[in-house]
Amino acid sequence: MLRTSSEHLARIALALVTLAVPLAVAVAWWGAHRSTSAVTIHGRVSEAGGWLPGTLRAVVGTPLRLRLVSDDVVHGFAVGRSDAAPLDIPPGQVVETTLTFDQPGTYTFYCTRWCGPDHWRMRGVIEVSGGQPAAPEIVEPLYESLGIDIDAPHPASALPSVRPSAERGESLGIEMPEGFRSRQDFIARPPAETWQSLRLDSSTRGLSDSQVWDLVAYQWRSTTTDAALQEGQALFAQNCAACHGESGGGDGVIALSTPVPVSFGILEGTALSVPQGIALSVPEGIADAVPAAAATHLAGEQPPSPADFTDPSTMLGASSALLQGKILRGGMGTGMPYWGPILTEAQLWALTDYLWTFQFGETS
Amino acid sequence: MMPIDLTRFPFVRSILVARGPQLAVQLAAVAGLLLVIAAGLLGTPVGSRNPATVLVWIAWWAALMIVAVPFFGRLWCGICPLPLPGEWLQRGALLRPRGRGRGMGRPWPRRLRGLWVQNAAFVIVALFSLPVLTQPRLTALLLAGLVLVAIAISLVFERRSFCRYLCPVGGFIGLYAQAAPLEVRVRDPRVCADHTTKTCYTGSADGYGCPWLVFPATLTSNVSCGVCLECLRTCPLDNVAIRLRPMGADLRRSAPVRIDEAFKSLVLIGSALVYAFVLLGPSSALRAAAAAVGSPSWLAYAAGFLLVTVVLVPGLFLAATRLGRSVGRNHLSAKEGLQRFAPALVPLGLAAWAAFSLGFVLTNASYILPALSDPIGLGWDLLGTTSMPWTPMGGTLASWALAAIVLVGLAWSSRHVRAVAEDLAGGVRMAIPVWGFSFLVTAGLLWVFVA
Repeated sequence: MLRTSSEHLARIALALVTLAVPLAVAVAWWGAHRSTSAVTIHGRVSEAGGWLPGTLRAVVGTPLRLRLVSDDVVHGFAVGRSDAAPLDIPPGQVVETTLTFDQPGTYTFYCTRWCGPDHWRMRGVIEVSGGQPAAPEIVEPLYESLGIDIDAPHPASALPSVRPSAERGESLGIEMPEGFRSRQDFIARPPAETWQSLRLDSSTRGLSDSQVWDLVAYQWRSTTTDAALQEGQALFAQNCAACHGESGGGDGVIALSTPVPVSFGILEGTALSVPQGIALSVPEGIADAVPAAAATHLAGEQPPSPADFTDPSTMLGASSALLQGKILRGGMGTGMPYWGPILTEAQLWALTDYLWTFQFGETS
Repeated sequence: MMPIDLTRFPFVRSILVARGPQLAVQLAAVAGLLLVIAAGLLGTPVGSRNPATVLVWIAWWAALMIVAVPFFGRLWCGICPLPLPGEWLQRGALLRPRGRGRGMGRPWPRRLRGLWVQNAAFVIVALFSLPVLTQPRLTALLLAGLVLVAIAISLVFERRSFCRYLCPVGGFIGLYAQAAPLEVRVRDPRVCADHTTKTCYTGSADGYGCPWLVFPATLTSNVSCGVCLECLRTCPLDNVAIRLRPMGADLRRSAPVRIDEAFKSLVLIGSALVYAFVLLGPSSALRAAAAAVGSPSWLAYAAGFLLVTVVLVPGLFLAATRLGRSVGRNHLSAKEGLQRFAPALVPLGLAAWAAFSLGFVLTNASYILPALSDPIGLGWDLLGTTSMPWTPMGGTLASWALAAIVLVGLAWSSRHVRAVAEDLAGGVRMAIPVWGFSFLVTAGLLWVFVA
């Protein structure tokens, strides 16, 4: 009798253990996912799926609680075109945040850490409904209104023999002639064309070719601000340097370590289908804008390296409007991401202004 | 030093004979196993944050290789949760015997006896070890798979055939348990010879016949004794003792070991070298290759692993014993050379594994508390340590500690090598080539640990 009862006790203990542990885990799991209104988003490098889920829905004015979990490496989280600071998501830890939207629309969230070669593909969208839609703000990109083909080559029609200097240009003490003073004048025209026009202008008659180039550099510097350049520098370091290199030479660590993994793949509606079954939602209109050059990748051609901003033969043939368009839309048959849904208009221009430091900035 | 018979102390004996305390520890181990499997399946896939990988491959492995095996031998096998569900189903009881049980009780096929299957199982698991080590889900599936295999084996075959002939870790622990200062032995074999019913092997109302298929009276080493304590319970003549003894006492046996045991010793030395080089060495490309199962680089790694563990290390050792035979003017056969000298490598192998495991745990121990604080990745902070950063411990001092452990193993092995050579009347000259082999292995390990 004693034996049987001790065996029974042992079996009860075993049953408790084998039931209690899985049950406790299951209850905790279920409770954590049910009791909270938060949406759990798993982040994985793009090759393993990117953000899961990649599409969220929210209502204007209703807080959207998010539990962000990285399933592999450190990722960052930010919502495009907003001023909120990015959040770091260490692997395996839960980071909570709450977003509240005051305008309906489609917002893009994205990874802010260089998590892998396909980092830029790590994007998702938040569809925000309800509320009064703001008056539709249809702003045609400047490159389109100026009729610039951002996919066409843009060789410089003139080149300086020495690196132009904005400081030297300023020290010349020459008032810029009409048509060269405003910011609009600078961003609409490639510097090489500006130089040719200035060269022909009577006001530069006594200047050497190099001095005219210095004036072109000064035109850039006088139409931007220190704050814009600082912001552009920070944006460049965060978003561009991994491919284009810290010094702008097109030799970033990712560009060097792997061939640019461009594979836009087949366009299907508003989603870009990429290999490994990864599908990224792309805001309406962007997919249509992806150039035909993407088709070259389907044919297996190796895409070109990231642009070299230190190369005057291409940079001085590009206007700011063209560069801004490339950043905005991406593509060009390269692995260049589209930054339109991520960066604000001001950020795009700050970044564009900063790119000229690789031509006109002080080398020191 | 004379062995100290722990079972002479009534309190210790009563604790060991009673089934309750052992069952309590076993149930705790089962709970731990279930938690690990659940966490592995449901928790974060990040290896450094999931208890499945952190508790098993950092905490348990270090505890096993640095403390349990060197000092307690196979004691872990007495509480290991993997075979318990199968064993309980087989017996139809958790405690004392109750009737026939449910197992078919077939004998394990004769051809599959010995350590060959275990050797193969160890090598196969070792080839996939890096993904298993880093991926909680794979760890959980491996453990659950082992439990299921153990259940199936227990229901078809007799006793603990799974542990004795299949468990990839079992053969490993058994080999190095020979160095441990703890043994289960009969006090007087003559008493066993006169005991007609041999209840230690056949079982009685008080306990089961040896689950490990060993007749305790013939025990001369710890290799196959699972410290399950059944013989202590079934011996009506109080002739079974659990003793503290000098470390490495088994290695002084004069009889040659079986060739599969000799081979195991060499495969494990080769594995320790590869693991130390891959996991603690400077090459991240090698680690990436070991992790990329199925890729061409992994195939190259697998080929290298097999080459070192199965061909190079055993081949070099064979060459060393053959050279020793020549210079020692001895007529030892190649096979007997392996069988005689391989056991002498046990201390060096154990030291290599202990040092590697210490290096690994020092580097990764700071993952343990965060993983426990949020065991299934729900954002909990049970211990207030969820955000504790990874802090590798040790530094230069630890490197030298690892080197010291390996050097102690080398010295200890060298002494045994010399004793074997002298037993074979080959003198010191016969030991020199085997010493050379041991120095080579030691140099490889020191390079990883210190250089």
